[in-house]
This record gives sequence, C-alpha cells and structure tokens, in this order.
Amino acid sequence: MLYAPCPWQKITKMAYDKFSVINTPAVPLPIENVDTDQIIPARFLKAVERKGFGDNLFRDWRYEKDGTPKADFPLNNTKYSGKILVGGKNFGSGSSREHAAWAIYDYGFRVVVSSFFADIFKGNALNNGLLPVVVTPEFLQKIFDAIEKEATTTFEVDLEKQTFTITATGESTEFEINPYKKHCLQNGLDDIDYLVAMKDEIAAFEAP
Amino acid sequence: MEAKTLFDKIWDAHVVKKVEGGPNVLYIDRHLIHEVTSPVAFLGLKNRGLKVFRPDKTTATPDHNVPTQEQHLSIKDELSRNQVEKLKQNCAEHGIVYHDLQSEGHGIVHIIGPEMGLTQPGMTIVCGDSHTSTHGAFGAIAFGIGTSEVEMVFASQCIMQPKPKKMRITVNGELEKGVTAKDIALYIISKISTSGGTGHFIEYAGSAITELSMEGRMTLCNLSIESGARGGMIAPDETTFAYVKGRQFAPKGEEWESALAKWKELKTDEGALFDTEYVFDAADIEPMITYGTNPGMGVGVTQSIPTSEGMEGTDKTTYIKSLQYMGYHEGDPMKGKTVDYVFLGSCTNGRIEDFRAFAEFVKGKQKAPGVDAWLVPGSKRVENQIREEGLTEILEAAGFELRQPGCSACLAMNEDKIPEGKYAVSTTNRNFEGRQGPGSRTLLASPLTAAAAAVTGVVTDPREML
Repeated sequence: MLYAPCPWQKITKMAYDKFSVINTPAVPLPIENVDTDQIIPARFLKAVERKGFGDNLFRDWRYEKDGTPKADFPLNNTKYSGKILVGGKNFGSGSSREHAAWAIYDYGFRVVVSSFFADIFKGNALNNGLLPVVVTPEFLQKIFDAIEKEATTTFEVDLEKQTFTITATGESTEFEINPYKKHCLQNGLDDIDYLVAMKDEIAAFEAP
Repeated sequence: MEAKTLFDKIWDAHVVKKVEGGPNVLYIDRHLIHEVTSPVAFLGLKNRGLKVFRPDKTTATPDHNVPTQEQHLSIKDELSRNQVEKLKQNCAEHGIVYHDLQSEGHGIVHIIGPEMGLTQPGMTIVCGDSHTSTHGAFGAIAFGIGTSEVEMVFASQCIMQPKPKKMRITVNGELEKGVTAKDIALYIISKISTSGGTGHFIEYAGSAITELSMEGRMTLCNLSIESGARGGMIAPDETTFAYVKGRQFAPKGEEWESALAKWKELKTDEGALFDTEYVFDAADIEPMITYGTNPGMGVGVTQSIPTSEGMEGTDKTTYIKSLQYMGYHEGDPMKGKTVDYVFLGSCTNGRIEDFRAFAEFVKGKQKAPGVDAWLVPGSKRVENQIREEGLTEILEAAGFELRQPGCSACLAMNEDKIPEGKYAVSTTNRNFEGRQGPGSRTLLASPLTAAAAAVTGVVTDPREML
C-alpha cells in the first residue's frame, strides 16, 4: 500500500465519509460553465460554521424570489434523485469559495461528473469528500442520454478501480485521480494532520 | 543548467517536500485573510487544538461584507456583522495583525497587500479568494485557495499543491489610446475562453505588458482566474522595484540591496519551455465590453453580439440561456445599449490609477441623469489619495460621489446590490448571473468605458470622447 499507516493518521476529526463504491441514479444539469455564484450565491456565505449550505445550493436557479421551488429545475423534479450530479463542461468556475463544495456535499451528492472542472473547485471538492469525476465529452453525453431515457437509471462509481459505469448498458469509463488524494478519500483523511506532523521539517526549511 | 521559467524558479524554491505520487508541500510566504473564507478554518484549528503557526506571515482585513457608507456605524446586517466581528476576535486570539474598518490599512485584501509592500517579487502568496492572482503582477506566485487550504496554512504555513502547467501569453505592440489593461484581459479571455487557462499558471510577456504600470499589471493578473488559470504573473522589472521601494514592509537599506539583486534574477530563462503559448497583437485590442454571463463573453465595444450559428448541444443552450438572462439578442450592436448603473471599484479596478482615469474622463462633463453611479475606492489609502489629489472635487462637479472602501457591488454580499433586471457597466471581474445582486445584469468594462457609459447613459466607445 502506497500510504501505509503512519503517524499522521491519528485523525482528530472525520470531516467526511469514507468513499468506496456507490451505485445510484443521477441528477442532470446539462448547462456549461456552472459557476460558483450559481452553486451558492455570495449572500449565503455569511455563516461562521460549516453547516446548512445544502439548503441554498443553486438558490437562484432552484427557487423563485418568494421561495417557491422552480418546477423546471432538475433538483426540484421528483423524477430525479441520487448521489451523483452531472454537469456540463467547465463546472465550478469562478470563486474559491469552498462553500460550493460544502453545499453540494451537504445536499447529499457524493460525486460530481463533468467533462471539465475548474481547478479550485476540483481541489475543494477533493478536500471535502466530494469526488469530481472527469469523463470525455462523448461519455458525458451518454450519461445525459441515459438519464433522459430513464430518469431512475443508475450509475456505479468505484473509486478503487477508478471506474464510472452506466449500470444498464455496462458501458464503463476510467477516470483519473491523484493516488494521494484517492488514499485520502478512501480513508476519510485530510491534509492537515500530515502537514502538522511535518512541523520540524517546515521549521528547518524556514531557517535562513 | 536546465532553462527554467519564472514560475519554476519561484515554485521550486518553495517546495518543502514532494509527496510520493501526490502533491508538493509548498511553503507560503504571505497569507492574506478576510472574513468570509476564514471562520471555518479557525474553527477547524480550534477543534484540533492548534494555534496559527506563523501569525507574523498573516494579515487580515474585512472587505466582502462591509458597507461602503457610514462605516463608523455598526454593520446593519446581523450575519455580516457577526462574520466581521468573528474575524477580529480570531485575529486577536491568534496574534494576527487586523486592519479594521476606517483604519489606514483597511481595504480590499488584494489592494492593501501591494500598498503596504507585503507583496514582493519571488514570494508565494495565498488567500481564500480567487483574485489573489492580483499579486502575480509583482513576479510572485499568488493564487486563491479554499477554506481547507486556509486551515492548512494556518496550521503549517504550507499547502499541498500539485504543480500546475505553464502558459505564456505574449502581447506585442502598443495599445491604442483609450485601451487599458482591463481590455487586454477581457480580450484574452474572449479568445481563450473561461476554461482556456485551467490547469495552468500564466506568465504575461511582451512589450504591451512591460509598458503597463503596476496598477495595470495588477488588473491584468487579477483577471487570470477568469480564464480558468490559477494565477498569472509578470517578471519584475524597474517598474516593479520602483513601486515596492519605500513601502511599509518593503526591505530597507542593505536588505533592500540584497533583495533587489535576487529579484533581478526572477525572469524566464531563454529557451525555457511552456506547456501552452499564445501570442496576441496589442493593435487588435479595442475597448472591451461583455454581453453575456461569463467573462469570456466579451467583444470590442464597436462590435455586435455573436450569433449562435454553428453551436450545438449544451454549447448552444447555454449561450441562448445566457442572452435570455441578459435580455439581449444575437447580432445586436453593443454600442447604445441602455445603462442603469455604473460601478467603479473592486480588486480589479479600485486603485488610484483607475480613479484618476475616471476623473480625467468625466472632468467638465456631467453624469447622465438616468444613471446611478457607485464609486468605491479599493482601500482607505486609495480614498485618501483621491482626496489629496483633488479628484473628489472633479468627480463631485461632474455629479459623482465617492463611497468608502470595500468589495461593494462586485459580489453583492454587502448592502450594495444592483436591482433585478438593471444593467450595470462594472469595472469588476465577473458577470455571472446574479453576481451583483439577484437578477442583476453586468457588463464588464474598463474604468474609461465605465466613465463613458456614466456620462452618456448608454454603452459608448470611450475613444470617441477622449
């Protein structure tokens, strides 16, 4: 095992669930350049604790001004469900607000699939137990088509094997993930204990 | 020896450790914090029983939530007030310098860093804000981070980062009068798209770039993130050194001399390789304006809105959705479009040079009666300088008034919000749906194009009025 148990694995908190395999339906959001201001508008970033962000996920696309759900928005469409969100290319562009990843996770998603993610969002997702899966534009279209054909169709995401599979047809694709980040996700770890355990090394680096 | 890029030189000098099969542990020289992305990180530290490792390398100020009028009063919105107070408390608890509202050091975090000389060539600088890329103007590696990473820096003065790819964007030639750094940035993004820079760190080069002032360079680097790049940088030169020299936290005396010697080495070696290169001609750039809902949807102010011809699938539906939101039609000319609001400010264009340009443009003219204009300095020092230079009188004579520093209507997290359906020509960085307030419609432009819109009430080519 690449990252065998070592001192930094004394975990002080479990920020997110360990990730292994999930098999669920998916919610389609066939829009490109979904930016972080849509995922969670700035006016909902005023909390000083990390909770409740899921309620305001896609706030202005999801609700009318008076709070009535917009019927045509996928999250409000009862035929869609599941722990996988499927977005158009360049998902998560815009600000560095980690609240975007928190909101998606808090709503109940564990995987976001797109053909392309913005860098900061991708990093934030990985730091919060939310798996960003990059597929080819063609495969992304296949996923959208499969959901359109049968809204409850399921998909299997296997982190160990790094595969994303359309269960009904068995069509499968592999996805990339940094081995270190994969290890973190599989074990519910974050980077901070690792860094804190390196303090002497860091202090030595600082010395002139 | 292997030829290295400017980026490689700084990055490699800050790698504490390379994690096998994983990211680099990167040492951070300067950590800037504000009230929105820090409280959960402070809470994380507390839960782990940790203190901030290097408080002396951390600087704080509240900017996103603050009102831009009557700052001497308590912040009206309870949640905003709470977030600002929390920052103050956390800083006191951890021994971090905090620049409070109305103090000389207050302002948008990316404006005050350079002003105080905290931003220096060769540094690594991070902040929980994507526009941290601004500081790359000094030949620093500066980028925005998430709250988990803010906590990492608090705990260890390091973050875990995979090394990005390198891109060079060269802009040769001379800019036409009336064309600014903002226009260069919007032009580049309109060409490479909002995802063209993703996975990369940009170095800007070429004569049109080296001719820019530090303020202009900051505007350009600020907008790097809007192309998807994590950051952008410009090799430091005499313009940079002259700007940094004598500032509060700049090295002094012998230290200055030795720093200067090192900084002069900070340039890309001949023959160093970039993963991606673009070359543009400054003569092709006119004053830019956006017509859609991402910063890549921009055209020259004399141009029309492109048609969706040739687009397919989600490309096309996304494009149509965007124009619907804006209330615009394919093929419409941009010139003459109605403008309800003009906003001058933000970390993109809230510096003294931006106010000078705006004031010079409106001098002897009058604000159009139908336009509401918000002029928000990026910092207290910018505000003071505006007053000292007599720009306030010019602005007031033309029907404009100055507000107090903060992020203001750039992201509508405070009291300054553009009303639903209204059009704002804004010198900011994002024209996303609802960015400046629910239902607001943003047209990104330079301070000059904003000034032209403010006095005419419609989208106008500033070159016609210079």
